[in-house]
Amino acid sequence: MQQRNRLEPYFENLVFEREDNTMVVNFGPQHPSAHGQLRLILEMDGEQIKKAVPDIGYLHRGMEKMGENMIYNEFLPTTDRMDYIAATSNNYAFALAVERLLGIEDKVPRRAKVIRMMLLELNRIISHLFWLATHALDVGAMSVFLYCFREREYAMDLMEEYCGARLTHSSVRIGGVPLDLPEGWLEHLNWFLNKLPEQIELYEGLLTENRIWRMRLEEVGVIPPKMAKQWACSGIMLRGSGIEYDIRKEEPYELYEEVDFDIPVSDRCDSYGRYLLYMEEMRQSIRILRQLIPMYKETEPQLMAHAPEYISASKEDIMTQNYSLMQHFVLVTQGMRPPVGEVYVPTESPKGELGFFIRSEGEPYPYRLKIRAPSFWHTGILQDLLPGHYLADVVTIIGSTNIVFGEIDR
Amino acid sequence: MRPYRPKDNVQKKSYYTDRFWVAPRIPEEPVEDEIFKADLEKVQESIKIKKAYIQRGQLVIFIDAKDNVQTLKILKEECGYDILSEMSAIDYLAQDGEFEIFYQLLSMSKRKRVRVKCRIKEDAAIESVEPLFRSADWSEREMYDMFGIKVNNHPYLKRILMPEDWVGYPLRKTYPLHGDEAAQWYEVDKIFGKEYREIIGPEQRDAAYISTTDTCNFARIYHEVPRCADPNSEPEQIESFNEDAPLVETFDLKKSKIVDKTR
Amino acid sequence: MAQHQVNSLANAGLPVALTTVDKLVNWGRTNSLWVLTYGLACCAIEMMASGASRYDFDRFGVIFRASPRQSDVMIVAGTLTKKHAEFIRRLYDQMAEPKWVISMGSCANTGGMFNTYATVQGVDRVIPVDIYLPGCAPRPETLQYAVMLLQKKLRKRSIFQKQKPKRLV
Repeated sequence: MQQRNRLEPYFENLVFEREDNTMVVNFGPQHPSAHGQLRLILEMDGEQIKKAVPDIGYLHRGMEKMGENMIYNEFLPTTDRMDYIAATSNNYAFALAVERLLGIEDKVPRRAKVIRMMLLELNRIISHLFWLATHALDVGAMSVFLYCFREREYAMDLMEEYCGARLTHSSVRIGGVPLDLPEGWLEHLNWFLNKLPEQIELYEGLLTENRIWRMRLEEVGVIPPKMAKQWACSGIMLRGSGIEYDIRKEEPYELYEEVDFDIPVSDRCDSYGRYLLYMEEMRQSIRILRQLIPMYKETEPQLMAHAPEYISASKEDIMTQNYSLMQHFVLVTQGMRPPVGEVYVPTESPKGELGFFIRSEGEPYPYRLKIRAPSFWHTGILQDLLPGHYLADVVTIIGSTNIVFGEIDR
Repeated sequence: MRPYRPKDNVQKKSYYTDRFWVAPRIPEEPVEDEIFKADLEKVQESIKIKKAYIQRGQLVIFIDAKDNVQTLKILKEECGYDILSEMSAIDYLAQDGEFEIFYQLLSMSKRKRVRVKCRIKEDAAIESVEPLFRSADWSEREMYDMFGIKVNNHPYLKRILMPEDWVGYPLRKTYPLHGDEAAQWYEVDKIFGKEYREIIGPEQRDAAYISTTDTCNFARIYHEVPRCADPNSEPEQIESFNEDAPLVETFDLKKSKIVDKTR
Repeated sequence: MAQHQVNSLANAGLPVALTTVDKLVNWGRTNSLWVLTYGLACCAIEMMASGASRYDFDRFGVIFRASPRQSDVMIVAGTLTKKHAEFIRRLYDQMAEPKWVISMGSCANTGGMFNTYATVQGVDRVIPVDIYLPGCAPRPETLQYAVMLLQKKLRKRSIFQKQKPKRLV
């Protein structure tokens, strides 16, 4: 029994016989391997794609508008839902943008910086594992999906132990982090770091030299360096085209200058090259995390920046000091008022360059908040990348661009 | 008396601001950095620059809207700013009747970022920079979608995020957060038709709203009452509620054992 | 974690089993709920996690299908936007009767934190919902509990019962 509705059978997109002998196929917006709500309208000659028109916006939730109607601290949990696979990287990018707007970037205590970096790198591992799982599933390697999710759950356990949430962490605050690492967390992290490399070897053993995997990925989705620059690609999409640019190294933030890590680059330009980079980046993240454990132990226990104009005092102060309580009350009800001006802050999220542009007019509400999400352009590139490929390669290419629709449509 | 609310900016505003409070400003430093200075001089040779300063480590250049393609071309081809990482607009219609458009450029070789800004009137159109930077294709479409700024010579200027038949431009300050009437009934009108508006009812936008006597929108499991029935009426008796499903045993705590290891 | 012994043979009284058609059909239905993966946003990740190694949805007989014509349950996981609303109705109409809907997460229930112009304020404005599942994002255990509740709901339903149209909102 159904409610009667006005929706007519829908054949506009599916024209089989056209004059020029091409066929138009509608792919999505609800397709299991479209990584969200991507809709592609493909014009095909036989099995070869002649023209591809990506259609996005099916997950447009009006986050930028929400940002204009919220005080800065209120908006932070919303950023979780952008790149929901690595939520902390969004929280962090937003927090860093606001900190730079306020000019308190240097006041963030060292322990908070170390914890932030740990969470960021852990999120990078989570994101890359998830990417490998879904990409392998799309290409046809089901067992890799199950293996990757097993390790991803361990990493999620660590996140959960720290902040209590599995997916939407909100584990970074403007001016620091809310919590210190719980007892035994570092041992658990160490356990995970010891376990992961052998698991990465397992995935590589299953995939790297696998004949089917190579045939499906090699020479598929070739992005020449010029095209990557034209489309403002970032992250692995850029480094997979042989351009070495990682914001962690080139425009360092936090303590990335102090830790030792490499930026893997591949000039293969194809999906297979990008797959190799993802595996290598996971190893580099492990390396960073290993260096962070001793760094954490040397830090002072302060967690939030001391900037009474913008940041609430510690809970203990709020409970005992009159002025701190008043300040806290104002900051919670009215919100902080950053100086007039604007700032664009890029960070290296697992997907690429995640930037926040904030225009402040001195009000507690941002005047304009623009989110530069890497996946937006990585989806745009599909219209230049897909023509010439076969239909079966579409899933591989979408998988290897590693797009997340929460941040494309915002 | 109802408080006066200006219609040209319906975004949320702080309800209290100290009368004597003056917002501090982020300093606009003069361009003294060598790389930025050289680039600025190169642009200055052929373009009229209204204002240029460095804010938080990034060069900001104000130009005329008609020079935008020329400026970006110089920056790209002569100064090496070959990536357009972001572009969009800011709505200043209420203050000046203008939009402010910004282009955020990145030079990978110099590791520098430049922001080019220009202003256009509400009904004016801006020239597309898509021939220079392919990434502007989608950014300009998004800008058109969100602000209604027309872009000349764009290959495919259509709405990108909102549906084709959407009314209004969401990121303008005059557009309310909860949407106008067309937006609020969009899915009902589209799927069921306007006559269903009464049956489905308006959207519930108040997150804190709860009515204990409401049987139209809430029903409890095991106590289902017909739609909009008297909330105090007796719940319908469920005749056969079969807990003992075949092959499933009832859980008994005494027979179970707690495992101490989870991994 | 708790373990307990299931003695299925003794319980069902093999080799001869007497049962009603209702029980038999409902037993089949409840233990092979094939779900349409309606992954829309963040909750889709948790839905995938509940299908993957640790949470293993297959032991409930829940298998994810990509086609609405093969599935009994639609798990709406994530924010439904106005642009997408039309498609969810289309796919719901394509599912064969009897069919059920689990609305997973706050966004699907009420619009959640996205109280904006672009989101549908509750998926029940478009399709009728059987189980509302709170959380943002709900944990995989919560989704499993929702499926168990749905199974409970199915078990008390007679198969000869005439189907009433489900209501919206």
